[in-house]
Formats: sequence, structure tokens, C-alpha cells
Amino acid sequence: MATDTDTVTSRSLEAGSGTDGRNLGPGPGGDPATGDPATPAQRTSDEALAGLDALDLPVSSGRPTAGRIWSVTWPKIAALALFLLVWQIVVWSGWKPTYVLPGPGDTLPEFFDQLGTGEFWDAFGRTLTRAGEGYAVAVVLGGVVGLVVARFGLLRAAVGSFITALQTMPSVVWVPLAILLFKLNESAIMFVVVLGAAPSVANGVIYGVDYVPPLLVRVGRSMGARGFSLYRHVVAPAAFPSVLAGLKQGWAFAWRSLMAGELIVIVPGHPSIGADLQNARDLSDTVGVLVSMLTIFAIGVAVDAVFNILDRRMRERRGLLSEGSNAVRAARGPRNGRPKEDLAGPTGPVGPLSGADTSAV
Amino acid sequence: MTALATDTALRIDGVSRVFGAGAGQVHALDGIHLDVRPGEFVCLLGASGCGKSTLLSLVAGLDRPTVGTVDTGGRRVGMMFQDSALLPWLTAGGNVEVPLKLRRVPKATRRARVDELLGMVRLAGQGDRRPHELSGGMRQRVSLARAFAQEADILCMDEPFGALDAMTRDLLHDELERIWRETGVTVLFVTHDVREAVRLGDRIVLLSSRPGRVAEIFDVAMDRPRRIDEHQVSELASVVTARLRQEVARHGH
Repeated sequence: MATDTDTVTSRSLEAGSGTDGRNLGPGPGGDPATGDPATPAQRTSDEALAGLDALDLPVSSGRPTAGRIWSVTWPKIAALALFLLVWQIVVWSGWKPTYVLPGPGDTLPEFFDQLGTGEFWDAFGRTLTRAGEGYAVAVVLGGVVGLVVARFGLLRAAVGSFITALQTMPSVVWVPLAILLFKLNESAIMFVVVLGAAPSVANGVIYGVDYVPPLLVRVGRSMGARGFSLYRHVVAPAAFPSVLAGLKQGWAFAWRSLMAGELIVIVPGHPSIGADLQNARDLSDTVGVLVSMLTIFAIGVAVDAVFNILDRRMRERRGLLSEGSNAVRAARGPRNGRPKEDLAGPTGPVGPLSGADTSAV
Repeated sequence: MTALATDTALRIDGVSRVFGAGAGQVHALDGIHLDVRPGEFVCLLGASGCGKSTLLSLVAGLDRPTVGTVDTGGRRVGMMFQDSALLPWLTAGGNVEVPLKLRRVPKATRRARVDELLGMVRLAGQGDRRPHELSGGMRQRVSLARAFAQEADILCMDEPFGALDAMTRDLLHDELERIWRETGVTVLFVTHDVREAVRLGDRIVLLSSRPGRVAEIFDVAMDRPRRIDEHQVSELASVVTARLRQEVARHGH
């Protein structure tokens, strides 16, 4: 056995060039036909380097995209089906009369009927507009505050902990003040949404800047980046994972704040999903309540999916994701017999993207 | 700053660097004198705590000496780190492009220069790969190309091959030597590997530890290209190692 291995090794060292160009052994010296001026020693070194590179490059796992989409879709469908089943079982159990708790068989058709009405889309459009505008203002405000606080130590000491305290404050608490300040109108709702979302965005920026690896800052400075160019080329992209986490969390808070605002601040003549929900409750219309809730849930799922796509793309680009998360893969141990530890080594920070939902309205 | 003689690329003159103050004071470097000729390959060798990396930071302008002066005569200094420290959100080519962007090189010129530099480190056509898709040795070559994109006259290398396996390191020695010969760049190469220093250096500066001082300077009068397993290299390496051990032993008492 040992003799076999030795023979193979020594042969490849003498013969050099393998059939597939991936040989490790140094090949024979220069080819006189090409007229390459390099010395034989240099050529040998080059060929070995090329061979090593070919061996080192990762083999792409060519998994079809359709398969990947199905593999993340079917568990969601199954979970939805299970949820509907449980709901139906509770209704069948007779725990509440069906006019108080209607089953999916009564609710879902009403939901799809609603999708065909102008009133529904009117309310839907207004709610999404409010959410979009409020969120946009919160992102700009939170981003600027976050950058300034991250930049100046004194400000950090002064207001850093207040930002976190604001973030944990239930946004419904702002509603009474908003009504007193602005009366029952759009500004009051905007106020609640912005104050609900901005602290999360600011915190995402602050932590992102805090966790920029010092080595990357040194690299940037050694390349001559100073001040703004250092922020533009190193700090901002390095902070991006955490900023994205802050944006995602900010959206969750904006959406919660908006619902709190819409339930209480009902502006006459301005239908919205929250107002529909409140009206349905006033009329003891449980089907109406559930339809509004389904709408709110569906929007939440859709926006979350957008953030997940962004997050996934970012992690793919930075090598923080190949098959499942790195942590999961490490826990499972090497699979397919291909050790990858040489190719790992992400230098960027891993954003805490999952812990978005930490406090309730 | 420009008073350097033409046969000096870098003058380190009586440089000390002290960190902290009072009782917790640490003398990282103490009275370092070193003149480096243009195009010279100087290896800085020493055990832990000899201030090798501190010295490089001073030369690269990332830090200032407490006492003394570092004069590069206005020459541009590039830096390469042990960890390739590539920006993970950019491709290999994107990383090489950053120093060009920072110097506001026009876009068309940039693309051509990036291709040229990647070709120089034998990575032509690999520019679209991301750092995590490259092996350690390939990442270090991208890092080398990026250092050259700074159009540096002096290249500071901080244990650049320390984390690589022996075969890759050996091949990268050949590559570095070739590029050094082709470009005529002045190299300041920090290492704790004595053979590596003998393999690559024109001179080896042995630093003592705590505080970092120049303990001895060895001239490596050996023909190039050298091989790391060559008899002469081993011979000089054992002399240097003996001297290094002597320095380290002083701290055992």
C-alpha cells in the first residue's frame, strides 16, 4: 500500500503534466516552440501555481433555482394549511358560536370578495401610502441621527441609550400625544409611525458603524482613504448588514405603529385598513375583523419576503451563505466530503437579522 | 521631507514609539535607525513584541513616532496585511480598483489597470470572483495586486504569507520575487520565519523585543533565485536563528 503511494507520487513528480491540467507536480521546463523567455524554473513555478489555483477553486454546487424555490415554498404552504385546519377544528368544537368566531369557510370567500371592491383598494392604498411615507421619513431621520451619533462620542454618551429606550417604547403610547398635537388627521398618524420606526433605523446604523472590523479601516487608511472617502468605500459597505437589519426592524415597527395609529386616529372620509378593522369591531362583524387582519398579515409577509431577498443576496455576495446558514452547516459537519475551511473566512460582520420582533405595540 | 539622498528610499531615524503613559507605558520601539536603498528587499525579523507591525504602521503613515522621524522622501507607501483583508462586498477586481478610485483614476484607465495588475499576480480572468470564492493564496495575490494599485514605491508587507500552507507559501515567494524584480519596488517585509527572510531578503534586520531595537543586520550575499530548501539558505538561517534565540533568551530571566 505504502509502496503504491510512493510510486504514484514520484511518478507524477517526474512526469509532471497531468491529463486535466490540475496536477500538483511541477511540469517539465519551457516549451521551446513557444519561445517563452521565462527560465525553466520560473515556468515550473507558474505551472504549479496554476495547478494549485485550479484545485483551490470551489466546485459550484449546481442546484436548480426552481428546486430551491420549491424547497422554501412548500413548508410555508404546509404551515398555512395546518393553521387553517386548527382554526376550523376550533370552530367545529363549538367553543364560540359561529357569528362570534366564523370559520375559514366563511371568512376566506369574504376576503376574496373584498379584493374585488373599490373600497378595499381605496383603504389598502391609503394605508400603504401612509406606511411608505412614514417609513421613508423614519429612514432618513433615523439614518442621519444614527450617523451623527456614531460619529461623535459626546452625542453617543448623551443620547445613545435614549435611542434604545425609545425603540422599546410601545408606539401606541405616542398616540394620545399625537392627537393632542395634531388633532385627528394624517399628521398625527405620520408622527406615530416616524417615532416608532426611526429609533430602530438609527440603532442599526450606530451598531453597523461600531462593528466595522478595525482591520478593514486600517486597510482603507493604508490605501489613502480619509474622512468621507473612508466612509464611502469602507465604513458604509462594512456596516451594511447591520443597517439592513435596522431597516427591517424599522419596517416592523413602522407597520405596528401605523396600525396602532389607524385604529385610534380615524380621519373622517379617509378609509384605511385600520379604520375598516375598527368599524368592523363596532358593528360586531367578526368576518370583517378577520378579513382586515388577514390583509394586515399578508402585507407583513410580503414586505418580509422583500427584506429576506435583499438579505439573502447580500449574504451570498459576501460569502456568508452557501447552503443553509454557515452556522447550520458547521453544526452538521462536513458533507459531500469536501472540506471548505480554506475557502471560508468572511471578514465582514454578520448582522443580527433575525431578532427583529422584540417588542410589541 | 525631500532631503533624502538619491540612494535612500526610506530613512528611519532614531524612531521610538511609546504607547500609553505612566506605569502602564509600553516601549514598542526604541531608537530605531535604518536606511533602505531604492529597490532593496529588507526583511524585518523578530519574536513577538519586537514592534515589527508598529514599525510598518509608522512607515505606512498610519501612526506617528513618539520620537524621531520616518522619511520616505515623498514616496508612496503601500501596505499588505497577514489576513488578506479584502473587502468582502467587492469582487477581486473591485478590490484592486479601490485605490485607483481613491486617486480618481478615470474609469476606462481603471479597468485596464485592474486587468494588468491581476495578470501580474497570475489571476487574469479571475477578477469577477468574490474573496470567499478564492483560496488563501489567491486572496493574498489579490491583496498584492491591490497594494500595487496604490502605485507604491515602497511596499510594506506584514507577515503576508504567515497563514498559508508551505507549498503555497513557497510558490508565492517565487511570485513575489519575480514581481519585485520586474517593478523595482522597495520592499519592507515583516516575518517571524527565519528561512523565509533568508529566502527573500537582501538584508535581514533582526529586532529585539520589548523594547524593539535593531539587534543585528545580516547581509544576504546569495544569488537569486534562491530556494528555501537550498543548503546555503539553511546555513545562514541557522546562524540567524541562533542569534534570534539569544535575543529571546534574555527575556527568560
